[in-house]
Amino acid sequence: MALRFARTDRLLESLGGLLAIAYALLPVIWIVSLSLKPGYELGDARFFPNTLSLEHYRAVFADPQFPAALLNSVGIASIATGLSILIAIFAAYAIVRLEFRGKRWIFYCTLAVAMFPPVSVIGPLFELWRTLELFDTWPGLILPYLSFTLPLAIWTLTAFFREIPWDLERAARVDGATPAQAFRLIILPLVVPGIFASAILVFIFAWNDFLFAASLTSTDRARTVPVAIAFFTGSSQFELPTGSIAAASVVVTIPVTALVLVFQRRIIAGLTAGAVKG
Amino acid sequence: MRRAQNLKGWLLCAPALSAMALVTAYPVFYAVRLSLYRYDLRHTADPDFVALRNYFSVLSSEVWWQALWNTLLITTVSVFFELVLGFALALLMHRAVFGRSALRSAVLVPYAIITVVAALAWKFAFDPTTGFVNSLFGIERAWLNEHWSAFAVIIFSEVWKTTPFMALLLLAGLSLIPDDVLKAAKVDGASAVQRFRLITLPLVKPSILVALLFRSLDAFRIFDSVYVLTRGAHGTESVSVIGYNTLIVRLNLGLGSAVSVLIFSCTLAIALLFIKGFGTPLLRKD
Repeated sequence: MALRFARTDRLLESLGGLLAIAYALLPVIWIVSLSLKPGYELGDARFFPNTLSLEHYRAVFADPQFPAALLNSVGIASIATGLSILIAIFAAYAIVRLEFRGKRWIFYCTLAVAMFPPVSVIGPLFELWRTLELFDTWPGLILPYLSFTLPLAIWTLTAFFREIPWDLERAARVDGATPAQAFRLIILPLVVPGIFASAILVFIFAWNDFLFAASLTSTDRARTVPVAIAFFTGSSQFELPTGSIAAASVVVTIPVTALVLVFQRRIIAGLTAGAVKG
Repeated sequence: MRRAQNLKGWLLCAPALSAMALVTAYPVFYAVRLSLYRYDLRHTADPDFVALRNYFSVLSSEVWWQALWNTLLITTVSVFFELVLGFALALLMHRAVFGRSALRSAVLVPYAIITVVAALAWKFAFDPTTGFVNSLFGIERAWLNEHWSAFAVIIFSEVWKTTPFMALLLLAGLSLIPDDVLKAAKVDGASAVQRFRLITLPLVKPSILVALLFRSLDAFRIFDSVYVLTRGAHGTESVSVIGYNTLIVRLNLGLGSAVSVLIFSCTLAIALLFIKGFGTPLLRKD
């Protein structure tokens, strides 16, 4: 009896697992299959293509909009990520290692920023960026991304830093290392995996943003991929270039998804530790 | 020594704090100021002080209340489904022995995908000409051209994208429950349902509240999905769409800032409601 229960349990679990995997992957498979359909098959309402064609991929790379947006996205998201992580490392180190007045206050501030609705600042930023000539430039997007990703970076790094045996640092100090040396030679190598996980989370945030990019850019100079895809009209105004949009979507989805899957374990640790252990 | 530590701590945090202040604190004060002026870039170049008149205009317009209602509806319904689905998923991931890592990987996929892309994928799926949904169910329906079905697609798309996040937060909560407690309860004869209700649920409650708070605030600022799926047509505008349209499309910075300040106040109200009302353990001592 007990054995049978265990077996049905496991069957149900496997079934649930398969369902969950299908649920998560369905739209991805769909957009990949859409992007591989030749133009005349796009309206056939079938899930899988009959014939495979790369015409839409050729089309998006032939159009100057998409490669420009891809370059902007990669550049802006990477710079924002680098800066955000660098600044967050200082803050997270201070929060974990030092006892100082106002630490909790800093924690509340980052919490408040994490909850902040971005739409509340796009008006002022639009106005300011025009005066400061940051509108439609890379720094004009890097700055908001940097600020809005800092809470995420600080939390995840704090969670990773807490796990580090700080005695090692003290030992190095006793052996005559300067604080900077102790940090660089002993601690940094230990935190690299955590830094990497936080960096991916921050990168995803910057890569995903649509509101800032739609509000603070106007041309190919700084327009990022989500905006380019959402505003993409193709050759005709009256027909949605479904195939091209699908191909562009696949191009921006696959690399990030692959990155996330490779570092899956760390990312889950970062996401959950940052959120639950606070 | 103590003074030195204080100084060092603040110095190390200063870059982060100033970057965050530059893009949130300062602009939000600026937004409050802008909201007191008539400032329409398409008509006048000079702002005109009008005190609270922008707020009267917004609060007396049907558009704002419709959008607020829509946003609250999207928030409540999607967060509800996310909680239920997310919990099921978290339990599955927590217990799964077989295929656990495949499951965890798959769950991260929606998280890694750009919201715009996810919304477009669903838009194409529900589209009567390109989509497979209609032929799957054997119906003819222009999903995004009707109020309620468009809503359903928006909520569906939002739920798909964010359930994994919820599931992971809940999973973290579940993993904090000591196995011994559950085993002891089992030995004492508690049924699965009793164990879930009396042990798992109370112990996961803090995680649930944190997840709900974060997801509610996040869902309240919904913009990407609505914009991609309907552009706010057929009465599906969210408050963020209204803000974007007033500020960036119509370039009415005064009126738009009033909308922004109102959205900010709503967010604050939701956060306070959670923290005071449910005692979210978010702000516990370190």
